[in-house]
Amino acid sequence: MVRFFILFRREVASTFHQPIAYIVLFFFLVITGFNFHAGITMLNNARGTTTVVEAFFNTMYFWFPFLLVFPFTTMRVFAEESKMGTIETLMTAPVRDSQVVLAKYAGALFFYLVLWVPSLLYFVTFQLVTGLSAGGTSYTGAYIGAYIGVFLGAYSMLILMGMLYTAIGCLASALTDNQIVAAMISFAAILALFFLGLLSFIMPASSDFLRDITYYFSPIEHMMDFSRGIVDSRPVVFYISSTLLVLFATLHVFQYRRWKS
Amino acid sequence: MVKVENLTKKFGATTAVDGISFEVQKGEIVGFLGPNGAGKSTTMKMLAGFLPPTSGHAEVAGYDVFTDSLRAREHIGYMPENVPMYTDMRVSEFLRYRGALKGVPRRRLRERISDVLELCGLEDVEKKLISRLSKGYRQRVGLADAMVHEPDLLILDEPTIGLDPNQIRLVRDLIRNLRRHHTILISTHILPEVEMLCSRVIIINKGRIEALDTPQNLRARLGQEAQVLLDARVPDARAAASDLRKLEGVQTVSIRTDGPWSIFKIQCTPGHDPRETIFQFAVEKSWPVRELSRPPITLEQVFAEVTNGEEI
Repeated sequence: MVRFFILFRREVASTFHQPIAYIVLFFFLVITGFNFHAGITMLNNARGTTTVVEAFFNTMYFWFPFLLVFPFTTMRVFAEESKMGTIETLMTAPVRDSQVVLAKYAGALFFYLVLWVPSLLYFVTFQLVTGLSAGGTSYTGAYIGAYIGVFLGAYSMLILMGMLYTAIGCLASALTDNQIVAAMISFAAILALFFLGLLSFIMPASSDFLRDITYYFSPIEHMMDFSRGIVDSRPVVFYISSTLLVLFATLHVFQYRRWKS
Repeated sequence: MVKVENLTKKFGATTAVDGISFEVQKGEIVGFLGPNGAGKSTTMKMLAGFLPPTSGHAEVAGYDVFTDSLRAREHIGYMPENVPMYTDMRVSEFLRYRGALKGVPRRRLRERISDVLELCGLEDVEKKLISRLSKGYRQRVGLADAMVHEPDLLILDEPTIGLDPNQIRLVRDLIRNLRRHHTILISTHILPEVEMLCSRVIIINKGRIEALDTPQNLRARLGQEAQVLLDARVPDARAAASDLRKLEGVQTVSIRTDGPWSIFKIQCTPGHDPRETIFQFAVEKSWPVRELSRPPITLEQVFAEVTNGEEI
């Protein structure tokens, strides 16, 4: 456990030693800021029961940076070490392969979570400026539950999706020595998963079975539910189990490539 | 300290290391000598626990390198070829990270780091980014990293490659000073380096051990020591050669001319050093002598001997 934390700290430090971290942070802030603006504009023009949290997490401007960010947060984790050869000094220290994989994964996930921290400020600002609750129509009574639920739902879905997509990015990075190739593999895989989920919108109720299947994969549907405060256990199970599966695959790819090299 | 039995590594159809066995005692410095692609690095990577072998067995400090890898790795300090390092870190920061990762207790860490910084002459660059360091300094940081956790065995893969002569000397002195506390396994292309540092040499070629002995024995057995070069101005080279041939300890003489100078390559009987006799003889004949030497053995020569099927 001590070694895991040493490795994890090194991962976080190396992330923030790279200029690319700040470039990603900058563009991520710009786009999510614009997204927040777009969400409020939408609410101004259409009266309804939509909360600002729901508006924020269900636009194109949310999905665009969300899907794009994982290749950047994960492409270096394994590829850079194998390219530079530091994998050799790392793996001849008394550390387990699983510790290394988990620490690298946790480091990438940490950076992803840091990216979302400023978004919390948007909702605080919203309440301070408008006097309205970001998560519901009122602070009082029955709404308080919904208010917490909307926040918890949206952010826990953000974490759940981040867990899986970061794992996919780590797997891609373990597959190659080339960071660009790693980024392209993870981008392709994440987009494929995303569009698989979109099928449920393209095929209107033609088959209940297909709809059900695609619902399991659909990040859009998951986010729609969770950002309304509807916490369904099926997506939770899906994201946690598939994250574990991908991490397991990453560990094996990592070992296999070393044994073969 | 190190025990290797029938170690074999295959990469697909090619066999990089082919059933090698050897032992290293505590406190020895053993040199791995061989051309590129001989299997030196692969053997070292296997001993360091980075590559699993195809078959065979290796033990370091009593722990099996493959079944008890973590325990064995705690006793090994490994410096790979080209010394890969995290270039975004500062020297002391890097050593602190590596020390902690290799299990140096927190209270000992500060002391260990100042020890290795001093030993490797890195105090001046302690706060510098590794990316800003010259190759020689990086090499020394690599060494400091390899020994920060006080391992019993140091495995150094080509520690002097790519350095300028001054840096080579520094690194070599450093390694020589380490012999008191560590057993060392070192690989190199450079024969004089081996002679200066190592108590035993393992010559490896095409994945097989071709010779395993002390540098002195190796040279003696190869008969290379028995060659002397005489560069002198003699009136008649042929006559001089036949005179030289009569001297004690001389077997054959070949001649090459360079203007008025004749260069005699004298093959001597093993165990004899006839340089003094030759000198006296030249003085007697009053030949002006430009050079009288025993040429150093090059790796090529040793290799030619060893790999041409001579049974050693």
